[in-house]
Amino acid sequence: MGNLKAVGQSILRPDGFAKVTGAARYVDDLPEEECFHGAAVRSPHPSALIRAIDSSGVKDAEVRVLTARDVGPRNSVHLIQDDWPVLADTRVNHVGEPVALVVAPTLARAQAAVRLVVVTYETEKAVLSLDDALAGDPRTGGGLNLLAKCDIAHGDVDSGFAGADVIIEGQYETGHQEHAYIEPHGIVARPSFDPGGRFSGVDVVGSLQCPYYVHKALTYLFDLPDDAVRVRQSVTGGGFGGKEDYPDMIAAHAALLARASGRTVKIIYDRHEDIICTTKRHPSRVRHRTGVKRDGTLVAMDIDVLLDGGAYVTLSPVVLSRAALHAAGAYSCPNVRIRGRALATNTAPNGAFRGFGAPQSLFAIERQMDKVAAALGLDPFTLRERNAYREGDQTPTGQVLKESVSARAVLQRAQDATGFKARFAANAGARRAAKDDGKPRRGIGLSLFWHGSGFTGNGERRMMSKGALRLRGDLKIDVLSSSTDFGQGTEGIFRQIVADACGVALGDVVVHTPDTAAVPNSGPTVASRTVMVVGGLLGRAGAKLRAELCDFAASRLGLDRGSVELRDGVFSSKSPKEATAPFSVIASAYVTAHGPLVTEAQFEPTPDSTFDEATYRGDAYAAYGWGANVVEIEVDPDTFQTRITKLTTVSDVGHVVHPVMCAGQVEGGTLQALAWGYLEEIQMKNGHYLNDRLQTYLIPTMADAPDMETILLENPTVHGPFGAKGVGELPMDGGAPALLQAIENATGISLAAIPATPERLFKAARTGKS
Amino acid sequence: MSAIFRFELNGRPAEVSAEPMARVLDVLRRDLGLTGSKEGCGEGECGACTVMVNGAAVCACLVPVFQVEGARTTTIEGLAPSGELTELQRVFAIEGGAQCGACTPGMIMTIRALLDRHPKPTRDQVREHVSGTLCRCTGYERIFRAVEVLTGQREAEGAPAKVHGK
Repeated sequence: MGNLKAVGQSILRPDGFAKVTGAARYVDDLPEEECFHGAAVRSPHPSALIRAIDSSGVKDAEVRVLTARDVGPRNSVHLIQDDWPVLADTRVNHVGEPVALVVAPTLARAQAAVRLVVVTYETEKAVLSLDDALAGDPRTGGGLNLLAKCDIAHGDVDSGFAGADVIIEGQYETGHQEHAYIEPHGIVARPSFDPGGRFSGVDVVGSLQCPYYVHKALTYLFDLPDDAVRVRQSVTGGGFGGKEDYPDMIAAHAALLARASGRTVKIIYDRHEDIICTTKRHPSRVRHRTGVKRDGTLVAMDIDVLLDGGAYVTLSPVVLSRAALHAAGAYSCPNVRIRGRALATNTAPNGAFRGFGAPQSLFAIERQMDKVAAALGLDPFTLRERNAYREGDQTPTGQVLKESVSARAVLQRAQDATGFKARFAANAGARRAAKDDGKPRRGIGLSLFWHGSGFTGNGERRMMSKGALRLRGDLKIDVLSSSTDFGQGTEGIFRQIVADACGVALGDVVVHTPDTAAVPNSGPTVASRTVMVVGGLLGRAGAKLRAELCDFAASRLGLDRGSVELRDGVFSSKSPKEATAPFSVIASAYVTAHGPLVTEAQFEPTPDSTFDEATYRGDAYAAYGWGANVVEIEVDPDTFQTRITKLTTVSDVGHVVHPVMCAGQVEGGTLQALAWGYLEEIQMKNGHYLNDRLQTYLIPTMADAPDMETILLENPTVHGPFGAKGVGELPMDGGAPALLQAIENATGISLAAIPATPERLFKAARTGKS
Repeated sequence: MSAIFRFELNGRPAEVSAEPMARVLDVLRRDLGLTGSKEGCGEGECGACTVMVNGAAVCACLVPVFQVEGARTTTIEGLAPSGELTELQRVFAIEGGAQCGACTPGMIMTIRALLDRHPKPTRDQVREHVSGTLCRCTGYERIFRAVEVLTGQREAEGAPAKVHGK
């Protein structure tokens, strides 16, 4: 890696100046062409039959109202299963579900018309929580309404427990979490019609993570050929998973209205609408039964993972899969059984949210490890260190961890950076000696976690993503991929990877905003896969482009094939004779002779790697990121208000492409995780969110943000470009359990559910229950 | 009933015909084409629409246009009208203060107002003054650091000059 010039540097992000001057155009900032506005009529009931829809009260002649009848035969968001209607037809399954659409020349007229559409419902008994779901779902005749399941078995769990000295049981719960990206959802759709006036296609631009998901949804919905639908991303103000699947729905609405009105149609959600109808993090209930030897060695784990999937299947099967695969944590155990189930409820579908199920199951295992440590009289560090994965260990799917395993390294570094063990003991001592003096109690908490980079199991093999480069006439190298930048800094990072892979300057590389008419499908921007998987494709395409130009330079300079190299923008040869030529001269000659040079790379599975989806055996992920968090807090003993004073994170995400942006991912993700642990809570009543706005759904402000020390360990993987692994989701995994351990360290209250609000802590202190 | 309102906008006189209760945010974005100020919540919680009115940071979604009649109003577009970035903007971009960028205009205007009062703020002063503007991406650490780099309290970490290649 001695030749890296750009990778490893904190370059200015290409969109940086546009963002600090207000020049960056988000979907609602795009120059307004003549456009109509769309709005939705939404269900006020969590579960009801639709008896009638009457729009005769709408007298505005320029307004159109659409119902399921206007959608056509393919009335579903085409994702994993076709059960999620674009417009509800015979019944509604959650509050906020769209029942009818309205389009009007102005937003005010559209909103006025929405209020005049009268829907008659016959309400039914609703399933509003996991407890309700376990009691049986009326929609399935009272049985379990299973959206997804998966089972993992490793070793012999029964004999493992038989050999255990101590068996510990625990149950852990987490709630909904709202993404709260600062820019709400928005889509603009422009229809096209053939000379006979028939709808022939649609051009969509919007705030989204996955342009090819939207493309697939729209070609399916309208039964159109691929080239009739074009999807472009506008500058996108945050996603965190929340703009993975839901843009399919909004794009479908905007396109339906565009087809009906013949106009370009814009749909921009306000914050309230965004919160009530878009996806959330899956609530979870995880049960653990753990067998250990007296010295803390794990011998058996029996884990039951239950997720609340919401009203429709959406992405629940894959979320559940990731939750189950991470459920045993970063620990080696010879005998493991993991059962995963996702059940339906009558709430908005739960979907992708940074971490994708893993934060829920890692919260549970980390809290369980605290319980085990306490039972054995060990400190949290020692129990974790004893069981943390080493190279050569096997995971619950039988995957042998062959390389880039840093569980013990991140743990040790966290200890070294914070003096965790001594301070944990000192706080516990101070707690026991504390008088009722109202002074804040100090706590410190530690967590250890892992996160698989890229799609789960065979996801990458199935997707077979492509990435491409194009050397064009003005000698710039275009990066062609469908990976979107919604804040992470992808544009800059791809430039760095491609510049070094090609041997050219950063300024020679241009990254384009994804447009399905111009870029190949490199898969969705999810699953911590952008740098490792798509960056890897671009690195390989770069090596091809470099080799092709070197061969061309050799023939041009009269040298042997293979004797020329391209480095720092200069072609050079040492033997048979010394010669140099600048990149621009050779590139220009190439394009003149042959036209633009396009090189492409497609995903190639690791030859000896397999995953069996039926048995859940094999390599679940190509590589894993590793993290340890240490959270320091103060708790007011009277009000139970928690203040986080310091956060230390140690992360191994392989070779770091951009240190400042990588740290930014870790810091931002970890604050989201901490906030999920003590601040953020969706409260529901009869299927309605009670806190459906930013005044009542609280996300952390600067006043809540601790000082952060961000340590990046670099243990490279062979599976990513220049050794890079994924970073996006790992930071979401360890904040909440470390925080709860710190609260326990400070107060003696051991919570098994989040968020650790003052109310929950007060109740636990009063009742002695967690 | 629309009326004519006159105020100073980014150093120049502005005149707009609007309902008196029209939100300054809509007047800026819709009537004057200044889309730098963002709407994140519409109720003064997120601060993405923060502009300066007579030197004070305010949420443009909460202020009716009649209240800025005659006032000196500055938006993100007015910080660097000549196209040269201010040091605050430059350092903010380089040090990782902006990720998705949706909070960035409001964040920068809020910090600008703070720096006008406290040229070298402590981290706790930043916490107190800027906590009305939400960022969901950064965890705030790189925003603190950008302010600290700008005010000479910390070494820069971003390295655009070395490798930018242009």
